[in-house]
Amino acid sequence: MCRIGAIKSTDYFHPSKALLLMRSQQKGHDNSGFAMVMQDLGGRFADYKDLPILSMACSDRGMAIAEDILHKEGFVRVMQWSPEINFRDELNIEPMPNYVFQVFQYPRSFKYAPQEEKEELLVDMRLRLRSVLEESDDGYVYSFWPDVLTLKEIGDPQDIGTYFGLWKEDNDFTAKVITAQCRQNTNYDIVRYAAHPFFLQGYTALANGENTFYEKNKNFQKGLYKGYLGFESDSQCFLYTLHYIHKILKWPLEYYKHAITPLPFEDMSKREDGEALRYIRSSLSNLEINGPNTIIGVLPDGTLFNTCDAKKLRPTVIGKHNGTVVMTSEVSGINEVLPGRNWEEDIYTNERETVVITNNLEVQRWQQ
Amino acid sequence: MATMRVNEISRDDLDWQINYSSDRCTMCGSCVAACPFEAIEAGMEKRRKVVSDYLTPEPKVEFKAVPVIKQKVDVYKFCRGCGVCERVCPNTAIKPVRNEDARFTIKYRGMLADPFKRGGRANLSTGVRTLDKIRVGRISQMTDPSLDASRHTFDMLAPFGRILPADELPFTLENGRLKIDSSVLPPMNWIYPVIIGDMSIGALSWRMWEAMAIATAYLNEECGLPVRMCSGEGGVPIRLLKSRFLKYTILQIASGHFGWNRIINSMPYMQELPGGVLIKIGQGAKPGDGGLLQAKKVASHIQEIRGVPKTDLLSPPNHQGLYSIEESVQKMFLTFNSAFKFKVPVAIKVAASATSVSVYNNLLRDPYNIVGGFFLDGILGGTGAANEVSLDHTGHPIVSKLRDCYLAATHQGKQSQIPLWGAGGLGQTGNLAADAFKMIALGANGVFTGKLMLQLAGCVGNDHGKCNACNTGLCPVGITTQNPTLVKRLDIDRVAENIVNYFLSVDSELKKLLAPIGNSSLPVGRSDCLISEDKAVADRLQIQYAC
Ligand code: SF4
Ligand code: SF4
Repeated sequence: MCRIGAIKSTDYFHPSKALLLMRSQQKGHDNSGFAMVMQDLGGRFADYKDLPILSMACSDRGMAIAEDILHKEGFVRVMQWSPEINFRDELNIEPMPNYVFQVFQYPRSFKYAPQEEKEELLVDMRLRLRSVLEESDDGYVYSFWPDVLTLKEIGDPQDIGTYFGLWKEDNDFTAKVITAQCRQNTNYDIVRYAAHPFFLQGYTALANGENTFYEKNKNFQKGLYKGYLGFESDSQCFLYTLHYIHKILKWPLEYYKHAITPLPFEDMSKREDGEALRYIRSSLSNLEINGPNTIIGVLPDGTLFNTCDAKKLRPTVIGKHNGTVVMTSEVSGINEVLPGRNWEEDIYTNERETVVITNNLEVQRWQQ
Repeated sequence: MATMRVNEISRDDLDWQINYSSDRCTMCGSCVAACPFEAIEAGMEKRRKVVSDYLTPEPKVEFKAVPVIKQKVDVYKFCRGCGVCERVCPNTAIKPVRNEDARFTIKYRGMLADPFKRGGRANLSTGVRTLDKIRVGRISQMTDPSLDASRHTFDMLAPFGRILPADELPFTLENGRLKIDSSVLPPMNWIYPVIIGDMSIGALSWRMWEAMAIATAYLNEECGLPVRMCSGEGGVPIRLLKSRFLKYTILQIASGHFGWNRIINSMPYMQELPGGVLIKIGQGAKPGDGGLLQAKKVASHIQEIRGVPKTDLLSPPNHQGLYSIEESVQKMFLTFNSAFKFKVPVAIKVAASATSVSVYNNLLRDPYNIVGGFFLDGILGGTGAANEVSLDHTGHPIVSKLRDCYLAATHQGKQSQIPLWGAGGLGQTGNLAADAFKMIALGANGVFTGKLMLQLAGCVGNDHGKCNACNTGLCPVGITTQNPTLVKRLDIDRVAENIVNYFLSVDSELKKLLAPIGNSSLPVGRSDCLISEDKAVADRLQIQYAC
């Protein structure tokens, strides 16, 4: 079973916190990999808030191919940063030759383009890079979006941290929201793409569990939007549903829960918006999830939330202290990161609940 | 030497031979009275008897005429093997025995120049069906725990009516809540995923039909299962049309349009809208044949309901004025949807055929979004008067056709927009829940069943040529006849009770299947939970092969 976690803070913090959070929950994962998405970046990325950052792991050839494609499209590189690599033979990690985090200026022709067009362009570019690199097995593109950085690697999370020098805190490499997973990958081949968190157009999702309706979800999602592809993990569906409900249909976040775990018909009829819920259920029955899951998600505006499947078979806990909120699989993780908090105020999300952390760290609990 | 009349029909040719022991028979006459086919009669036989009426034995031979029960040897009045005589005989003196060397249907055709007709198959078959080659295979107790079938709440409802994609739903946002204007939406109801399929009130006796209607109402009102029953072609009693129970009834219209006058005339008096309208294009048991209700079944109440004189009632094999898919859509749009002011789902029933998928694909693209269901009917159904050649040699089995339709919809990203319902031999081996579950996992939203209801009512026929006399209007147990004496044999309350009980068992058995795969709602299209040990079946249906 994977362990997942998210930290959201009013101040910038270093990914070492996320590693700590994950390490203390180590008994629950099999050390087959680590992945994280950093959003609302500080440090050396703080000055480029509006420009897209390409997160990619690739071979030398892959790097050349990607640069070529982006340049041809008119993207101009503004800044590039690669983590300092600490290679040692005894580390259990299967690294790629290059890890690039490149900041790009949009093509000139997009200077006055509406936001939506820019967003579509970024998806198109990421998909193109992904498919070209996939063909020759030259690399993995995780995200291409402003103010977002993604790192995924196969191996022991502890060693991955050492390899990228992530154990040592500094002010250069920080963010206000970091979602992370130490993974166990039993259903699929160990491929880098299968690691959570998954990211699309500002939305992040990661999950701990099985998706009983994976087949249904996938078959339906494939046709909904070009960016819904891959399906290397059955949890990817949660991201796509989140994106579909919130970004494409433009429904309030509250309806994400109604789509994935609809209320029983009996309960629906008692609600004021029961009629709407009934229609949502009929139109989106293919997006239901039925299996044991807890889902953590981040919205483009930085809102963090957690919700579970209707059977509530996977653990999750949320703790808060001094401008930091942590949500994760096991309370041991929170104890490590927020030792001084009042644990009696921890929240264990129930099966009909969505717990939402707003940008000023207000904790809201929505009952479905 | 006696003349051999090999070209005439003899007892040896018959499918069923009466096994009669005169020494057990008391000549009470029950069997002769009970046999509706007049296949037996009382007669006299000359018997040789050795008697002695002295104190010491002094045997002498006597010849006596004794009364006996005799089987008729006749192409019209032949024994159907229904076993009713056996059931009524107090002394087990008589019973039909299957004749392995029979050649009756050959003789019949040879003598009458007529296709052999018989009632539909019954629901007892021993043949191996595709559904029996599939198992529910996904039981992951570690990572995806199963549920407790008796304690967990399951949400088992299926949609009936056109479903719009989410981005076409007319929502407005009010105080952060979505509000829907459902008045502009196609009507849609959530109902129980198993419905009682269309069997008309002419094909069935009125008591049988009423028993099903009572069972349906009871299931809805006392058991909380929103089961629907389809009227079948040929109208509905006015009393029902004007009652509050109409909401549980799906009205059918077939190519004969029988009974629709009265339905339309009753509209102003309806307290409730019907549960739906089902346009029957074809029937799985005899695709290509129209319906037929023989004059002998057109009793006076049927004449009244259908508004016809006593005559053979033939429904044409196709709808006049309906020669394309587009026209069928128009027909629904112009007539049935508007008749009920667009408040009642209108669905279509077709026989599973080579083109089912194309039809379904086309309907899915219908820009008016008015087709509220695609009922796909495979072979193995049918109550009425079908030619044997149609029953045995035409039609498609349901499983792969249903699957093809689902996969085609999935390919278009339109799955479930027109709910798929499938039938044809479901419950044939006795377990409807298992069949329904497998069909649902293969992509059906729900299933319908007809002949199983006859079994529950006490049909004595089976799939091996036992009885199958539904076409004669002489059903020995009163199910498919309008003969007042025979109809009285049916115990309405027991039939209703049996149907209710069967549905209750289906409900708990469905839960028993949902539980191990960890689903609390219907697993529509969850083919990953199915396996087959038959490679060909697994490949064809795109499910897991396990051996
Ligand atoms: S088995 Fe049926 S048809 Fe045959 S004689 Fe007996 S009652 Fe008549
Ligand atoms: S018992 Fe009635 S319904 Fe059953 S096969 Fe015979 S005639 Fe048909």
